Amino acid sequence: MNFYGVMAIYKFEMARTGRTLIQSIVAPVITTSLYFIVFGAAIGSRIQQVEGVSYGAFIVPGLIMLNLLMNSISNASFGIYFPKFVGTVYEMLSAPISTFEVVLGYVGAAATKSVLLGLIILATAAVFIDLQIAHPVIMMLFIVLTAASFSLLGFILGIWADNFEKLSVVPMLLVTPLVFLGGSFYSTDMLPPFWQTVTLFNPVLYLVSGLRWSFYEIAEVNVLVSLASIVAFMLVCLGIVYYMFRTGYKLRV
Amino acid sequence: MDVAAEPILSIRNLNKTYADGFQALKDINLDIHKGEIIALLGPNGAGKTTLISAICGIVRPSSGQVTVAGFDIVKDFRKTRSLIGLVPQELTTDAFESVWSTLAFSRGLFGKAPDAAHLEEVLRALSLWDKKDKKILTLSGGMKRRLMIAKALSHQPSILFLDEPTAGVDVSLRKDMWNIVNELKDEEVTIILTTHYIEEAEEIADRIGIINNGELILVQEKASLMSKLGKKQLHLDLAAGIDSIPEQLSPYKLELTSEGNRLIYTFDTQSEHTGITALLDDLNLAGIRFRDLNTTQRSLEDIFVNLVNESSEENTGAPV
Repeated sequence: MNFYGVMAIYKFEMARTGRTLIQSIVAPVITTSLYFIVFGAAIGSRIQQVEGVSYGAFIVPGLIMLNLLMNSISNASFGIYFPKFVGTVYEMLSAPISTFEVVLGYVGAAATKSVLLGLIILATAAVFIDLQIAHPVIMMLFIVLTAASFSLLGFILGIWADNFEKLSVVPMLLVTPLVFLGGSFYSTDMLPPFWQTVTLFNPVLYLVSGLRWSFYEIAEVNVLVSLASIVAFMLVCLGIVYYMFRTGYKLRV
Repeated sequence: MDVAAEPILSIRNLNKTYADGFQALKDINLDIHKGEIIALLGPNGAGKTTLISAICGIVRPSSGQVTVAGFDIVKDFRKTRSLIGLVPQELTTDAFESVWSTLAFSRGLFGKAPDAAHLEEVLRALSLWDKKDKKILTLSGGMKRRLMIAKALSHQPSILFLDEPTAGVDVSLRKDMWNIVNELKDEEVTIILTTHYIEEAEEIADRIGIINNGELILVQEKASLMSKLGKKQLHLDLAAGIDSIPEQLSPYKLELTSEGNRLIYTFDTQSEHTGITALLDDLNLAGIRFRDLNTTQRSLEDIFVNLVNESSEENTGAPV
């Protein structure tokens, strides 16, 4: 095990966050605050409670999930794409470091940043609403698993992308609609029966539902189904990363 | 250099064909011994960088085997790669990082525990110590080139690959670099370099390999290459032109230029008798007077150009 190699990548990536503090931390916190002001206070005050929870509190898990997904993907994808773009990836390819260790370094750092961000958003939410967390351990489990698996997805995206446009297409055109249509800001009970069925095909629904259960014990689907979904998604991502390194996909010619 | 010992780098039947069908390396065989400096010469696109990249793990060989210190570069990649340092041709750096942090990153990536004293030593040797806290984007091109070498030396490699290290570098920096190479040689670091500056290969290398069209067309000790192919020529400018070379001068195998006013005698500087004194005596006896004379030596560049042309003719049937 190349412990120093993993730590070198991890520290390098964490240091990058330090240099881009406004982009990485301040911007999401401001955005989240705006969500609470607009949806929680302004619009939320005119919305009835959703399944016994105030609307402002109801959207907290969805907001955390939105930030976790977007930031995990962008952090990890940029982390591996940038060395490819500037050419410094030669050093990693010629170093005595295995696929697993490279992934551990990049994905570990991206997931750490996302988890920290998730907790900062949670703290921001506590400023605006009276926050209750029924199952904090399960909440952390969902946050960590989501951050890790979507960081893996970001890593895959960073290897696949050969320009900046591709790098931003997936988060913007795929993840954002999935999050917004995955019950982040509403209960699927509010939808007509047909759209309720369609929503069941949205993987983000399972994540939001699981995380919301850890807060308020209300869920769209069984929490175990949510957990199984995120674990299955992580395994699929791991399989793709393994294939990419084994074949040298877009890294080694 | 102990040539009887196991080679530190051994390449057997190495081939590389890219996905588009281009064969960049054709059956390369080469042994390199510890402490040796070998220069790889070849025109652009000859396969020099592909060869280095294949050994370092950046390019996947299509077939063949490479061992480093007896370890296979695929099966035992951790052992082989930790022994190798690579200075790539391109100046690829993390512009926003500091000199010190990028060096610490490189050392860690290669599995070595932090060692500030060693990094300081490397930076001082490359005249970068006073820049250690500067961001890389503030460095000049020459400084960046030094930094690339520092990164490659950060994990104390036994083998150093320098891919066109002096491309675009000024004269003083080039001299500094070759001083560093000589110091590394004293520490028994094996150095494999590619260069376009043939005089550098001539000056610094123990052996010279010539690559063209993906084939290693020649590998030879520099001294023997120079003596084998580095003949000298004596040019005699005649006081009066002649129509033909007199019969009694035939043993010297002289050439007469088309204008008939210059004789050319080719001799081997390494042989005991060059035959120059006897030739001058015989010219005097034949009544041939000359008004000037000079000698020229074939440079490595001449040899290189000839070999590359011969190799290209064999492959294409036409001179390049």
